[in-house]
Amino acid sequence: MSGQVSGQLELLLQTLISGLLLGGLYSLIGLGMSLIMGVMKIINLAHGELMMIAMYVTFWCFTLAGMDPYVSVLIAFPLLFILGAAIQKFLIAPVMEVESILPENQVLLTVGIGLVLSNLALLAFSADYRSVPVSYASKAIYWDVSVGGQSLSLSFSVPMMVAFGIALVLGASLFLFLARTDLGRMIRATAQDKRAAALMGINTKRITYVTFGLGSALVGAAGSLLVPVYYVFPQIGGPFTLKAFIITVLGGMGNIPGAVLGGVVLGLAEALGSVYVSLGYKDAIGFVIFVLVLIFLPKGILGKGSA
Amino acid sequence: MSRTTLLYALPAAAILLIPLVTQNPYLLHMLVLVLMWVILGQSWNLLGGYTGQVSFGHAAFFGIGAYTTGILVKLGLSPAAAWWGLLLGGLAAMVVASVIGWICFRLRGPYFALSVLALAEVLRLVALNWKQLTNGAEGILFIPAFTSKAAYYYIVLAIAVASFLAIRGVMRSRLGSYFLAIREDQDCAESLGIDTTRYKLYSLLVSAFFTGVAGSFYMNYMGFIDPGIVFNIENISIMMILVVMLGGAGTMWGPAVGAVIYILMSEVFRVWVKRGHLVFFGVLIIIIIIWFPNGIVGTLNDWRARRKAQSAPSPEGA
Repeated sequence: MSGQVSGQLELLLQTLISGLLLGGLYSLIGLGMSLIMGVMKIINLAHGELMMIAMYVTFWCFTLAGMDPYVSVLIAFPLLFILGAAIQKFLIAPVMEVESILPENQVLLTVGIGLVLSNLALLAFSADYRSVPVSYASKAIYWDVSVGGQSLSLSFSVPMMVAFGIALVLGASLFLFLARTDLGRMIRATAQDKRAAALMGINTKRITYVTFGLGSALVGAAGSLLVPVYYVFPQIGGPFTLKAFIITVLGGMGNIPGAVLGGVVLGLAEALGSVYVSLGYKDAIGFVIFVLVLIFLPKGILGKGSA
Repeated sequence: MSRTTLLYALPAAAILLIPLVTQNPYLLHMLVLVLMWVILGQSWNLLGGYTGQVSFGHAAFFGIGAYTTGILVKLGLSPAAAWWGLLLGGLAAMVVASVIGWICFRLRGPYFALSVLALAEVLRLVALNWKQLTNGAEGILFIPAFTSKAAYYYIVLAIAVASFLAIRGVMRSRLGSYFLAIREDQDCAESLGIDTTRYKLYSLLVSAFFTGVAGSFYMNYMGFIDPGIVFNIENISIMMILVVMLGGAGTMWGPAVGAVIYILMSEVFRVWVKRGHLVFFGVLIIIIIIWFPNGIVGTLNDWRARRKAQSAPSPEGA
């Protein structure tokens, strides 16, 4: 009997661990989305596609130059920053001034951009699922603990731990950047009140370029970190855009600390759901939580978002 | 006969007579697809163009309509599915729409737009995993009731005309004014006593109904569906938006113009490039939004209005 109980406990703890580690990556994806949403008040529906681009960058860095996926974060991050800033400067910003009947013009534009990115990838790299065969892909560290006199053996996947660690560093740097630097303060001011920020002499237009670039760079980093444990294919973006949106709604729209919490909640929910409900419905679980949050806590879990 | 009646009667007669003139199955197939996309475009336009509630996931309602018919077929109701399925498909889409609308329309912002997107994705997963009901990834196959394309042409034409008249009727009624008021200024509409949550929901229900009927027609016509086809975000949800934006959001004839161009272009692209032809539509969306945000019909209307204003004598007088 006790063997069964400890087995159950082991499974639960193991699930929580993998959920938490996945949640770290989700937080990074959500942070990028939340930053863009906070400053520009739009949802970036090309978010997942930008991540897909970063994943291909990482894939080719490994295949052509043998570069480790974690090192290629250093390439994907600035590259995606430039791509994001350029998209904002040359495509989205001009549309802010166009009069139209449809209210969500810029959002529709990001849909078009996403469609172009994913289908360009399809044209260039075909629909094949690719993966990067790193030596540590399935390595894990085992940790034996005893809980209430029963010994449990828990495993920690090495690539997920490294990814979690890098995500943590990037997340912390973002907080420091937003809290302590002038540029960070300008971004926060623009998010709070664009007109007032402009009156204070902030070039809000340039701030939107930086913000979109930064948001893209963050999701790009998340993409690179995902490569050792995931497949790369052109259509991978769509589901991740959806996840990013669910995360930002969970945390409260435009709420930066909320995005971290939302990411962890979604990671845990997916891990628990795939073990205790069904693997096939794993991606539907986030949606169920999302709907519950919409009904009962429309301002997000922390109650600070703008509904 | 007056000139305006003639102006409408001649094209109407031509449209009715097409299957008698040509039996070319490829041409008729294209026309059936155009008419189906007219229905889809009109449905999206009512909600997005006239009521201002953009949906990124209308494939959800399309798929529900298709699967309602598909499940009737699976239950062995083959001949009945062709007819009852059309109505039931629309009603099933309405039921799901009422739930999602009730949850999301109380909130402002992008919640609705994205909830439907997520809904379509969840329904695709359900259709993929609930194998007893839907056959999962295998899809549902049946032999269409008619062999002649002309029969389907007339059926889809009837639905397209019915949806056009219904939506025009709605827009000419008080309901239509409420929808426009909500699109233009929600605060203002509310302060005038319009229950915005309720009227947004009404708009969604009509929109979902016709989308569901179109989905059901698709199943009847093609004889095969699977989750990846009917709950497809790129090929259904986004293309519905493209059709409306191309023709002109918030115009009566915009979706029809958009549907014709969309089907023509997708045939050309399909032949020309086999894979990734959606890249052209992505570029097209970007071009429309940046340079022609009101679409073809909307731009023509603006242009006509400007010319009229120019040719009219200035009020100051010379």
